[in-house]
Formats: sequence, structure tokens, C-alpha cells
Amino acid sequence: MKARLFVPLALFLLLAVLLAVGLTLKPREVPSPFIGKPAPAFSLAQLKTGQPAFDPAQMRGQVWVLNVWASWCAPCREEHPLLVEAARQKQVTIVGLNYKDDPRNAEEWLRKLGDPYQAIAVDRDGKVGIDYGVYGVPETFVVDREGIIRKKHIGPLTPEVWNQDVLPLIQKLKG
Amino acid sequence: MTAMKRWLLMLALAAAATTHAAEAPNVAADPALEARVNALSAELRCLVCQNQTIADSHADLAVDLKNQVRDQLKAGRSERQVIDYMTQRYGDFVLYRPPFKATTLLLWLGPALLLLVGGLLFWRSLKNSQSAAPAAAVADADARRAEQLLAADDTPR
Amino acid sequence: MIPELGHFALIVALFIGLALAVLPIAGAARDDAAWMGFARPAAQAQFVFVAIGFFCLMASFVNNDFSVINVASNSNSRLPLEYRIAASWGSHEGSMLLWVFMLCGWACAVSLLSKRLPLAMVARVLGVMGFISVGFLLFVLLTSNPFDRLLPPAMDGRDLNPLLQDPGMVFHPPLLYMGYVGFAVAFSFAVAALLAGRFDAAWARWSRPWTTAAWAFLTLGIALGSWWAYYELGWGGWWFWDPVENASFMPWLAGTALIHSLAVAEKRGAFKAWTVLLAIAAFSLSLLGTFLVRSGVLTSVHAFATDPTRGSFILIFLAIVIGGSLTLFGWRAGSVGFAGRFDRISRESLLLGNNVLLVAATGAVMLGTLYPLALDALGLGKISVGAPYFEAVFVPLMAPVVLLMGVGPLARWKQAPVGELAARLKWPALASVVAAVVLPLAAGRFSAMVAFGLLLAAWVFTTSVVVVLQRARGGSDQLLKQSRSFWGMVLAHVGVGVFIVGVTMVRGYETERDVKVSTGDTVVVSGWRFTFKGAQEVQGPNYVAARGIVEMQREGGGEVTVLHPEKRVYKVQGMPMTEAAIDSGWLGDRYVSLGEMLDDKTWTLRVYVKPFVDWIWGGCFLMALGGLLALADRRYRVDVKAMKTEPTPATASAVPPVEQVAT
Repeated sequence: MKARLFVPLALFLLLAVLLAVGLTLKPREVPSPFIGKPAPAFSLAQLKTGQPAFDPAQMRGQVWVLNVWASWCAPCREEHPLLVEAARQKQVTIVGLNYKDDPRNAEEWLRKLGDPYQAIAVDRDGKVGIDYGVYGVPETFVVDREGIIRKKHIGPLTPEVWNQDVLPLIQKLKG
Repeated sequence: MTAMKRWLLMLALAAAATTHAAEAPNVAADPALEARVNALSAELRCLVCQNQTIADSHADLAVDLKNQVRDQLKAGRSERQVIDYMTQRYGDFVLYRPPFKATTLLLWLGPALLLLVGGLLFWRSLKNSQSAAPAAAVADADARRAEQLLAADDTPR
Repeated sequence: MIPELGHFALIVALFIGLALAVLPIAGAARDDAAWMGFARPAAQAQFVFVAIGFFCLMASFVNNDFSVINVASNSNSRLPLEYRIAASWGSHEGSMLLWVFMLCGWACAVSLLSKRLPLAMVARVLGVMGFISVGFLLFVLLTSNPFDRLLPPAMDGRDLNPLLQDPGMVFHPPLLYMGYVGFAVAFSFAVAALLAGRFDAAWARWSRPWTTAAWAFLTLGIALGSWWAYYELGWGGWWFWDPVENASFMPWLAGTALIHSLAVAEKRGAFKAWTVLLAIAAFSLSLLGTFLVRSGVLTSVHAFATDPTRGSFILIFLAIVIGGSLTLFGWRAGSVGFAGRFDRISRESLLLGNNVLLVAATGAVMLGTLYPLALDALGLGKISVGAPYFEAVFVPLMAPVVLLMGVGPLARWKQAPVGELAARLKWPALASVVAAVVLPLAAGRFSAMVAFGLLLAAWVFTTSVVVVLQRARGGSDQLLKQSRSFWGMVLAHVGVGVFIVGVTMVRGYETERDVKVSTGDTVVVSGWRFTFKGAQEVQGPNYVAARGIVEMQREGGGEVTVLHPEKRVYKVQGMPMTEAAIDSGWLGDRYVSLGEMLDDKTWTLRVYVKPFVDWIWGGCFLMALGGLLALADRRYRVDVKAMKTEPTPATASAVPPVEQVAT
């Protein structure tokens, strides 16, 4: 019985293990290349009239969260109560990036569902979104005191994710 | 018909002729640029689609990214710079032509390696086929019958 | 009632399958004729019950039974009849049932057409197929039951995906599955031989027609899928190296290597272990494909809705079938026996070279398809591997195959004198180089890529002519006496050449214009004048469409053809779809696609002129035809008279009279 006749079996077993691991992965999720890198700079008008333009540099010295949302986005509706509650409890400063939305719809949406945002930058054409590697809504970034992105969450935030991943990270960054 | 009327008639006919036989303008303002945009877009992945390029997809993000590509090429950036722009924001996942780096070494060299291994097996097989005696044991009667059958089959040409 | 009947029939089929998987193989080991004799009727009975199940599902679709979840999700009362029928395999559950139907169909065919084979062999082959059917029937019944009820029933269905409402959907999946699943027969023959521990040349002879048939159907299935994508998707792409496409292409590549390897195993008794391994590999790749498409492990436009439970089930089944057969291979392949002797340059060595290259190509496609998964699994990041990669690695591997294809048929078995070969290949080589240089210039523009492609195609054509002429040396009588196997080979190889011409010319000389047209505007592309005559609204059975009117005429005048590109919106799903208008000819297609409406009288229009594009699928059709012709070779026919006069032989001595062993 020659050992090399079992090479095909060995190769197949390797493949089977790979496929088994593959079943646990999320092939469509795009990891962010920004983790550990500075949050890209931008300057956008705010949703609420009378407010100055928003620039992430204004947030230096604090730990903050950037939440990308839109009124036409159904999953955003699911995660919104969590953000409203987090803002109410003053867990962290939340800034909104209103992505490819109509400002009137956005305002109406916030009026109905609550406004957790300290500031809301309006990204009408999605250019800033592209700069941040946004490919869908909602997405949420956690940024530290030096303006470095520490985490990106894709999809709606759930209580588990918030309590187990995001909040501990925020508290760690706050020192 | 007076000269004036004739002139007006000819003008009207000329106008009619141009409106009905116009050569259609290109959708793209600059076809040469558009060709470059399409070529580059065919290498970029639409991130919200199930495996399509931004050249093929009509999804919002795909259109946005394609417009970005066009704007950048128009601004004079090179293909390389546009690709870098995309990978800085979305990672290597956005490229359909995988980059050549440490983690993709096996991918790019794999086929050549396969060929090498295949070639070696081929060479070994050729050598074995020249050797005198067959390796495995076969029942004598079977071997003789096999020889007979093969001899009947073997057509010299 | 009908769904329940169908469900019950599948359960019966499962139990028959269980018996089929166990008894005949055990019977072969114990030399028990009764148990072995059970195989044929069991396979036939199983097919009858699976067919009942399959047709019950189809009936539910035809009758618009929206109390069945599958029908409610994939059909609609306004869906035309032919698409209601096709919708029975339009979902994961339905297509899985089609898979099982095909598998049992092949098993039934083997049971009916194998009268010359020894009972022990038939018992083992059908037993293995029974085993496979058990796995898939369990999968269907436990995780993907197409007969699940929806109560209360839906008022109407969600409609079949508009992209699938096309004749392509009626033919592509059945043909593809015939091929894909058909490799199970070759696989079963291989495993049966391993179980028996015998590998006479007769094994290869029996296995060959079944393998060639499956290969021919797979060729047609893939070609049809490609052509469908071309005319359906609206921009003329025909192959995307999408994971699901690759999943069907890998078995095809392995299958091609297999049919060539079987030729050597049959004629010369060489490569037997290698052939057995290829047979296992081809079907394993089919199974792998089934897994990839349905598990969610890879993203694809073709993938069905995914469910990790289903993925796990298929993976476990894969592990059992492939792992089991490869273990058997490792254990038993050593006893494969006498390997023929052959020279360094001989038909055997050339075919071996061909095999090595095809397997390398299969490996390359698999590498590209699975590499992103491997990197992700190892936590090394995420990449995408798309058409640019595959084109870069595939062509260099296949070009030598095409070159060998010209030499192989001219080489003698065992020993092919190089001088003789060189003499015969002199004028094909010269003609090919001339063609490669002259034709691109004649077409208007020289390009190295086109020259290379035409070199390969010309090589194929000229060497085929030489092969035929060589057989005609003894006069036209000798030529007429050549077997169908020979002509099948020539035809299939010519098909490859035709395919190469198609790909090369389209890539090299395709032209496209993307224009804004108002009523009356014209656009000229590659010597053709297209005039836009406006668009009207048109009602379809389950869609509403804007139908463009485009008059097409050659620049120098001539017959006017009217084309009707459409932009449809399917009412139920609200999905927009482009139906391109294509004028096909032997020398190319004119392809017009309606874009966006800019205002009342203005639209964007895409016009393509694609030279020789139909040669792509024409070539594939010729390949499949060649395969079917080779199948019809007299040597494989069941000789009913001979069967009646001789008792079934237990050995390989019952070789039918052969007039000409030409290939």
C-alpha cells in the first residue's frame, strides 16, 4: 500500500476542513482598512440650520461614535432606539452622518424617532461616505481621542454588540 | 415662387432634413475617457452586489463609485492612483484582480506550481513506462489473456 | 393531495435507495445472485417513485397550487405555462429534486443498458448510485422539502424571478444537471472497480460511453447557460468566472481529461489508476459545486438563498462520499495492475501531457475560486478573485492543450517516430502561422492576441484535415469505414477550433457605441447603420414594456431589419429588465439594448457589433455533437441477438466484433 496513493485523500480532508470553517464566515462583509488609521477629514453642513459646519477635528480630545444613517434605511430604524437610549444615558457622544438623504425626510424621521446626535453632518452625494469606506447603511465607527478609528460595525447595532463590544471599547478608550 | 419664398422653402427643408437624419451623440462626453472608465470599472467590485463589477451593476453605490472613477481619471490621475484610492477605502476586497503580495503569492504562483508538479509526475510516469517489468502482481492467466486482448487491439498505423 | 403524494413517493424512493445501497454490493461481495439481481429492478423502481415526486411538484406549479410554499414563492397565476413548468426547478428545493431525478434517471438507464456487463459489476455500480441517491433524498426530505405546505394558502404567488422567465430556464438546468449528475455513473464505475479490485480494459470500455454522454450534456448545459447570459443580461457578456460558473466548469475540465484518459485505459491498459482517480475527481467536483452553490460559502449572482444547516449537511455528505472513495482508492489502487509500456513520444505520452495540463487548469480554477475563502478562514484578510485573474492563468495553461490536440490524433500508440510526426505537421504549422499573420491584417487591425488565437484555431483546423486525409490514404472506402468514434473526435476537436475563433474575434474586434437617440436619429457602428424610430408601450402577459423600434441596414444599403429592444417591468416583483434585440448571423451579431428614457422622445441606446460571437456556442455545440457521435459507435451497442444466444459471461471475453479500431 503506497503512501502516495493517499495524497488525494489528504488533500481532500484539507479542503473539507477549509469548507467547514467557511460555513462560519461572512463572505459578504467587507472589513475596514481604517482600523487604527486616522478618521478622514471632511467639512459638511449640518442638518439643523444655523449650526456651523461639522469637521471631525472638532471632536479631538473626546471618544466619539460616528453613525451613518438615512431615513430610507429600514435597519437604521431598528437600531435607532438603542442610540437614543445611549445618548440619554450619556454613554458616549454620537455624531450622525446623514447619507444620501433628503434633509426634510431626515428631519421628519428624527422628529418621529428621537434625536441622539450631538451633530448631524449631511452627506448628500455620498462622497464622504466613500471616503470612510461606507458601502451600506447603517454603519457605525468608534473614534478615539486622537481621531483614530478603532472599530467599525457593519449593519444595525444590537444590544449584544453594543454591550459586549462597543461599550467596553468606548470605556477603555476613555481611560 | 418668388426668390424669397424659394429661399425660405429651402431653409425649411434643410431644417427638416437635419432634424430627421441627425447622427446620435454619444452618451459619454468623452468616449476615450469612457473607455478607460469602463476598463477600470471592470476590475472593481460592486460591494453591495452578489459578485458583479461596478461596470455591470446599476446599484447606487456602483454608480457612485463609477462616477468617482470618472472624476479622478478626468482630473488626470492614473489608473494606478485610482486603484490605490479604492483600496485605501475598501481594502483589497474591492479589486477583482488580486494584488501581488505575500498573502497572494500562492494564488499567483499556484498554477505554475501545479504545472511543475504535474510535469514531474508526467516525467516519472514516462520513466516507469520504459522500465522492463510491470510492478504489480497479476494472476498469470489474466496476464496472458490481457496480452492477447491487447495484441488484438493494437493496430499498427 | 398531489403534494402529499409527491412527498410520499420520495419517501418510498428513499427506502428503495437504502436497499439498493446495501444489498447488491453485499451480494457482490458474497457472490449472492439474488441480492445482486435486486439492483436493476430497484434502480428502475426508485426512478419511478422519484419521477412521481418530481411530476407532482411540476403539477402543483402548473395548477397554481399556492398552498405549497415552493409554488407560492416562485410562481404566479399570470406566469406563462412553460415558465410555470420551469419554475419547478427555479428554487433550491426544486432544483435539488431535479438533481435527484437526474441521478435516478441515469441509474435507471444504466440498469436498462448494461445487459453485457457482469452482474457483479452492475450490482456494485447501481449500489454506489443508490448510496448517493440516499444522501440526496435525505437532504431533500430533511432540509429542503419542496412539498411543504403554506396554510392558509397565498392568494397568488411571488412570481418567478424575471431573469429566469426565459427559454434558457427551460433547458439550461435540465441539460446542465444531466451532465453534472451524469458523472456519477463514471464515479460509480470507478468505485465498483475499486471494490472488486479488478481493472481490466473492459472496465474502461464500459465506462466510456456513460462518461462521454455526461460530458456532452454538460458541454451543452454550460454553453446554453453562457448564451443565455449573453442575450439576457443586456450588455453581451457571456462568461464571468463567477464561482457558480466555475463550479460547473471544473467538472467539465476534469471530465475532458477523463474521457481522454479512458481512451488510453481502454486501448492500452495504461493510466488505469490515474483514470479511476479522475473519475472520482470529476464527480467530486460536481458535488463540490453543489455545495458551493447552496451553502453561502461564496458570493455569487447565481447562488440560491443560503442556509448554514443545508451547507453542513451537504458537507458531511461530501466528506462521506469523496472521503470514502478516496480512502478506497488509497487502499485498493495499488492493485490496479499491468501498466502498458509506451515511448516518450507516443499517443499515450501526448494524452498524458494533455491530462496533466487539464488537471492543472482545473486546479487553477479551483485555486482562484477558493482562495478568498482560504485567506478569510485563516484570518489573513479578504480579497476578491475575478475574471482578470482567471484569464491570466487559464489561457497559458490551455494553449498547450490545443497544440497537443493537433499532434495527438496523428501519433501512433506506443511509439510515434518524431520524424514521421514532424513531416505530417509541417504544413499545418506553416498554414497556421500564415493565417495568424494574414487574417488579423485582413480584418482591419493587427493584434498579437488575435494572431495568437487564430494561430491556435488554424492549428486545430489544419491538423484535423491532416488526420482525416491520413485515414483516406487507402481510398474513400477506408475513410467511410472509420468508426463514429473517430468522426466524433474530429468533430469535437473542430468544435474547439470554432470556439477559439469565436472568442478571439469577439475580443479582438467587437465595437460598441453608447448613444443618446431621439426619434429619427441614426448611429453607425462597424459598417451598420441603426435608426431609432421611437418607443411604444407594450403589454406582456405579466409585464409592461417600452418597446423600441430600431431599423438596421448595412451602410451601403440593402435589406432593412427591424429590431425591438425592450425595457420591461414585471408587475409582481416590480423588477425592471432589459431585453436586448439581437440580429444573429454566421459572421456575427448586431446587438441593441435600450437604456434609460431621458424624455418623451429620447432614449439612451447601446449598440454592439460582435463579430463571430455565435461561433463560441457553435463550437461548444459541435463539441457536444462530436461526443454524442462517438457514443453512437457500433462497439457500444447492445447486441440483442448475441445476448440471447450466449449466457451472460462473467469475464471480459465477450468483446463484440470490431471492424476498425481507429482511435
